[in-house]
Amino acid sequence: MSVLVYVENTEGKFKKTVYELISYAKSIADLYGSQLTALSIGHVADDELKSLGRYGVSKILRVDSEQFKSFVNQAYASVIASAAKHTNANTVVISNSFSGKGLAPRVAAKLGAGLADGAIDLPTIDGNTLSIRKTAFSGKAYAITELTSAIKVIALTPNSYDVKENPTDSSIEDFAPENEEHDFDTIIKEIVRASDKITLPDAEIVVSAGRGLKGPENWGIIEDLAEVLGAATACSKPVSDAGWRPHSEHVGQTGIVISPNLYVAIGISGAIQHLAGVSSSKTIVVINKDPEAPFFKVADYGIVGDAFEVVPKITQAIKAYKG
Amino acid sequence: MKVLVCISNVPDTTTKITFTNDNTEFNASGVQFIVNPYDEIALSKAIALTEAGKGSITVIHVGEPSADPTIRKALATGADEAVRINAVPHSAWFVANQIAHYAKDKSYDLILLGRESIDYNGSQVAGMLGELLGIPSVSAVKKLDIEGERVVVEREIEGGKELLSLPLPAVLGTSEGVAEPRIPNMRGIMSARTKPLTVVEPIAVEELAHIVRYETPAPRGAITFVDASEPEKLVELLHSKAKVI
Ligand SMILES: Cc1cc2nc3c(=O)[nH]c(=O)nc-3n(C[C@H](O)[C@H](O)[C@H](O)COP(=O)(O)OP(=O)(O)OC[C@H]3O[C@@H](n4cnc5c(N)ncnc54)[C@H](O)[C@@H]3O)c2cc1C
Ligand SMILES: Nc1ncnc2c1ncn2[C@@H]1O[C@H](COP(=O)(O)O)[C@@H](O)[C@H]1O
Repeated sequence: MSVLVYVENTEGKFKKTVYELISYAKSIADLYGSQLTALSIGHVADDELKSLGRYGVSKILRVDSEQFKSFVNQAYASVIASAAKHTNANTVVISNSFSGKGLAPRVAAKLGAGLADGAIDLPTIDGNTLSIRKTAFSGKAYAITELTSAIKVIALTPNSYDVKENPTDSSIEDFAPENEEHDFDTIIKEIVRASDKITLPDAEIVVSAGRGLKGPENWGIIEDLAEVLGAATACSKPVSDAGWRPHSEHVGQTGIVISPNLYVAIGISGAIQHLAGVSSSKTIVVINKDPEAPFFKVADYGIVGDAFEVVPKITQAIKAYKG
Repeated sequence: MKVLVCISNVPDTTTKITFTNDNTEFNASGVQFIVNPYDEIALSKAIALTEAGKGSITVIHVGEPSADPTIRKALATGADEAVRINAVPHSAWFVANQIAHYAKDKSYDLILLGRESIDYNGSQVAGMLGELLGIPSVSAVKKLDIEGERVVVEREIEGGKELLSLPLPAVLGTSEGVAEPRIPNMRGIMSARTKPLTVVEPIAVEELAHIVRYETPAPRGAITFVDASEPEKLVELLHSKAKVI
């Protein structure tokens, strides 16, 4: 019996969300009193792999051949399932990232495992039953899911578990997975990454603006504030629909769901579909000129005022504070 | 091109979510149900792909008779026929197995779903269905073009996007950007009444996961207002009270 965690690399490096995921998987392994094995697919340097030991990984299975250079959903799902069998894992932990959302259900179906998607905290374990909480109804509720299968797959929502150091001696072992005939039918044609920016799902602070900004030419004050805070930028749906900002910044029920430590909403009314994507942010600041804006009802801090005056002042105040 | 579109029947996006029976069941009384918004995108894309006699669209729903108005809406929008698997859709695994069983010998070229259903937000059915049918799946696509025997899709990745080419048949979960949403017109609404809606009994599926209980999030504490002329006060609160900067 053991716990297996799949660690997704981004161009050979592990992001913070991977360390969160391992810390989480380690806590589950501790609940069972078992060991944690990490599975890495694709090319990652030894030093980077060794960094996983800091968070409680005892063994690292490495699958690093030309075939697995880039992410192919079916092929990677087969690798994870075969590693789960190889390590006799009773629980497989995957990130609920964009790629993870494609992988987890395939891995679960291959293993005949119950799947808890979008988990937000540690499970409770009672004999063979594992219960786990996830958000449902677009953030308006939580659902407690019970898994009763022999093997279980858990997909953890990014940014929902704190990184915990747990220095452990870890060894790297090459692993030869079993793949199926059609696993490599999908061809990756191109990967485009906006390199230097902090990506929305990884961001601890998000500065977001809506239709109150009037037009794309006014986004300078938003970007300035984001920069002093080290934040990613986001927007409401009408803003990306109008082409003022890229679709990749659209948060909400039909956009990206985020849970940063700090969400600053500027000139956004707080429609229920917008809140669905941001309501699990730990702290919410709302800046709106309308004191009746619904967003104030779910915010921790509010400023009633004109964004064009208030935002540059806040940027200045943060600059002054950061010295 | 033969397209299967999977639709789920979900509470309207503005619904106030409450539970009954000791928080074990969603309280559906007085709730307006709609076609899951992402499934509408899937259906709109299917219509664009099969327009001008270039194919046919079947919509499939796993659910009870109470979902029939939602299914008729999909027929009115432009699907040719509908199938309802007559069972409570109590888990993604159950739903995926029903759809896989129905679809396996019908040679669909493309199976379209929504990126996720807005009730359970699982994003599970597409991947499970792909696995059960042994064909490729992409759980959230933002663009979709047929190129001969293959389909080229764009999907989102953290901080970027990826372009993939998959052989047909394939299972794809659609999200915004894939198609302009279509709405039923008068002719569609009239013809939907006579389009076939076949009811099929479910197969038995072993249950691996199920929802046992719901909780509603604790309300946030009261808001603290800061005067627009005192931005340094906000910074101070974020630093020493909220401890986020
Ligand atoms: C099925 C469905 C799905 C949806 N999904 C999403 C989603 O995922 N994400 C999303 O965001 N929306 C979504 N929507 C749309 C949502 O209902 C709202 O229409 C949208 O969120 C409103 O965007 P907004 O707040 O930017 O604009 P508005 O509602 O127009 O609000 C603008 C706000 O700016 C304030 N303002 C104006 N000028 C200033 C100023 N100078 N300074 C300060 N404040 C100012 C106004 O007081 C107002 O509160 C969805 C809708 C539907 C029906
Ligand atoms: N009961 C159902 N019947 C048919 N299709 C469904 C059903 N539930 C979910 N789906 C499809 O699966 C997609 C993803 O749902 P989910 O995995 O529940 O988030 C939805 O957008 C639908 O296309």
